[in-house]
Amino acid sequence: MNIRTFRIGGIHPEENKITAEMPTQVAALPKQAIFPLSQHIGAPTKPVVKKGDKVKVGTLIAEAGGFVSAPIYSSVSGTVFKVDTAIDATGYRVPAIIINVEGDEWEENIDRSDSLETLDAHPELTPEEIVERIKVAGVTGMGGAGFPTFIKLCPPPTAKAECVIINAVECEPYITSDYRLMMEHADEILVGLELLMKAAKVDKGYIGIETNKPQAIELLTQKTSGNPKIEVVPLKQRYPQGGEKQLVDAVIRRQVPAPPAIPVNVGAIVQNVGTAFAVYQAVMKRKPLFERYTTVTGKRLSNPGNFLVRMGTPMKELIDACGGMPEGNNKLLAGGPMMGKALTSVDVPVCKGTNSVTVISEDEAMRKSPQPCIRCAKCVSVCPMGLEPFLLATASSMHNWEKVEAEGITSCIECGSCQFTCPSHRPILDNIRLGKSTVMGIIRARNAKK
Amino acid sequence: MGKLIVSLSPHAHGTDSVEKNMYGVVIALVPALLVSFYFFGLGSAIVCATSVVACMVFEWAITKFILKRENGTVMDGSAILTGLLLGFNLPSNLPIWIIIIGALVAIGIGKMTFGGLGCNLFNPALVGRCFLLVSFPAQMTSWPVAGQLGAYTDAMTGATPLSVMKDAIKSGDASVLGQLPDSLSLLIGNAGSGGAGCLGEVCALALLVGLVFMLWKKIITWHIPVSIIGTVFVLSGLLHFINPVYADPFTVIFSGGLMLGAIFMATDYVTSPMNSRGQLIYGVAIGLLTIVIRNWGAYPEGMSFAILIMNAFTPLINTYVKPKRFGEVVKK
Repeated sequence: MNIRTFRIGGIHPEENKITAEMPTQVAALPKQAIFPLSQHIGAPTKPVVKKGDKVKVGTLIAEAGGFVSAPIYSSVSGTVFKVDTAIDATGYRVPAIIINVEGDEWEENIDRSDSLETLDAHPELTPEEIVERIKVAGVTGMGGAGFPTFIKLCPPPTAKAECVIINAVECEPYITSDYRLMMEHADEILVGLELLMKAAKVDKGYIGIETNKPQAIELLTQKTSGNPKIEVVPLKQRYPQGGEKQLVDAVIRRQVPAPPAIPVNVGAIVQNVGTAFAVYQAVMKRKPLFERYTTVTGKRLSNPGNFLVRMGTPMKELIDACGGMPEGNNKLLAGGPMMGKALTSVDVPVCKGTNSVTVISEDEAMRKSPQPCIRCAKCVSVCPMGLEPFLLATASSMHNWEKVEAEGITSCIECGSCQFTCPSHRPILDNIRLGKSTVMGIIRARNAKK
Repeated sequence: MGKLIVSLSPHAHGTDSVEKNMYGVVIALVPALLVSFYFFGLGSAIVCATSVVACMVFEWAITKFILKRENGTVMDGSAILTGLLLGFNLPSNLPIWIIIIGALVAIGIGKMTFGGLGCNLFNPALVGRCFLLVSFPAQMTSWPVAGQLGAYTDAMTGATPLSVMKDAIKSGDASVLGQLPDSLSLLIGNAGSGGAGCLGEVCALALLVGLVFMLWKKIITWHIPVSIIGTVFVLSGLLHFINPVYADPFTVIFSGGLMLGAIFMATDYVTSPMNSRGQLIYGVAIGLLTIVIRNWGAYPEGMSFAILIMNAFTPLINTYVKPKRFGEVVKK
């Protein structure tokens, strides 16, 4: 069989999946849990607790702050210490709820049993009911960007969903949390996919997995062999295949047009494996999203591993569980080395989108000094969006906003393939980000005037 | 605990570097260099060494004393490469002082006046070569016959395959082409058949080995060399079919500077288009211009001028020929 992949650009960074075969451990409860009020794309949440309130595991602590928003539930039991600010992955101090942990008492309505609930056993679950439960549970995309899941399931009237694609690509180096989840909870993920398909009213589901995870491909293929509606699609390893648009192209051979088009405009709803699992728990177990699978990794960590982590746990506690921060200066990333955010503090908490905590040593982390562009065109050939990164970067640095907008800068997915490849070590993506955010601002202002 | 390092993503970098690419091309030139030593001996060694050293000295001096830059680019391999390519374009009996002038023009005018590495519009080695060709036409068009290992400026000269082809076209007599070596000996090197030419054009095979190496190391893509060689092959084949005074296509692609130009000169990063569509247009146009100049122009060799002309069109190609954006093909 011809193994598929996306059709434009792409790179193959060193994998470094050192934690792939390490079974998931349950991370210890933190002493204090920190919940930034904005853990998703969209409006920040509004706190519904105040200092001194008692909360349990699964208690609503912040409600949705608008239509595009997702509520936040406590992952611990204890007392609200304060509603204040904390440093999050952006490096800024943001509004946050901080809870002192006492014991581990759960809300009673959460089903904590391990028994597998199948969709066949629950005919009462209508599409509307599934969407509602997902919305109430605060489920957002677990792969990083963190878009509220229920919105993706309600496409705009101009678009019609035809299939759900589960993103099990995990093309970022180092990260193995999705892989462990598949190996350990394949049944739940498949029920999650069926729920998503029912909610989106489609009959076709795909699971896209890169061929560097043969055991996951085998396991899921075997478990779906009797189900013609679900197809496991092995994909050739290539970064950034986990990008939504690239994945849609790889799996169903359709390319999403330039923004503002989204995958559902070509009929696809893409959800991460972790999201499918969270959907299963939210719908079948009435368990809101407050814990997740996270890889804690790095070549110099003495005991890296995969963890089931309560959200709000400061990263320092996870790193300490892995043998502590290595000697010397390090780069601490929320996410992997290609798209992860470098953190300014070890106290940043694990949030809904934190698929990995990656520690990179100084010699790996430091950039080489840039040399002149030799116009080798390698950035053009690796760009998965078919853009011209060298041109966007140069025009951005010259503040030529009309030019970069005309050259499609808003299509950039910030995957970093250009900068990774550049033989002259130029900060291509830094400049493109400057241009992209400025152009986005100009477009918003223009639309606001209309 | 140490400090936390903060920067924007990506936090990983591939192992590619300017030096790797430049020295990669230099390595790809080694087979051709060895063959030129084998055919032209002392003369070839003097010409190449002079050219490389002069280019490096000029690059260093201009960066330091005129541009006053802290970080020199003399060791990044680009000056060595320009020197080698310039040397490959010269006859092996060229006096040292002319070579030095060529190197000064190549580096000084061809490269540094535009701002140095990455900024030049024209291929520096070709700027140097063409300057010498128009300034010293006698020395630059007398080609030593291969096989005189100990000779330098005293080497005997002879007719190159390209000048034989030109004579055939001028006289309209196809039998003149009988003087040409067969295409197989042009491919593996025409020393045995008394061939003459510049250092880099006597053995197409050595240059093709370099091409394979560069493709394998992903230094260049196939688009430019294949489109040039393909265009020249098809057009010369057509001409040969219509009128046999035009040489057969195999002889044409294996003779003169075509292989050297298509593989090493036209593929210069700085002066070639930035995407594969543009590169194909560029390559086809170079092939077309080469055929036109070789057959109907004043000079027997057309490759250098064809590349320089298309270098001038590269910014235009980059402006109007864009890569295929994601989403342009919506549905299969």
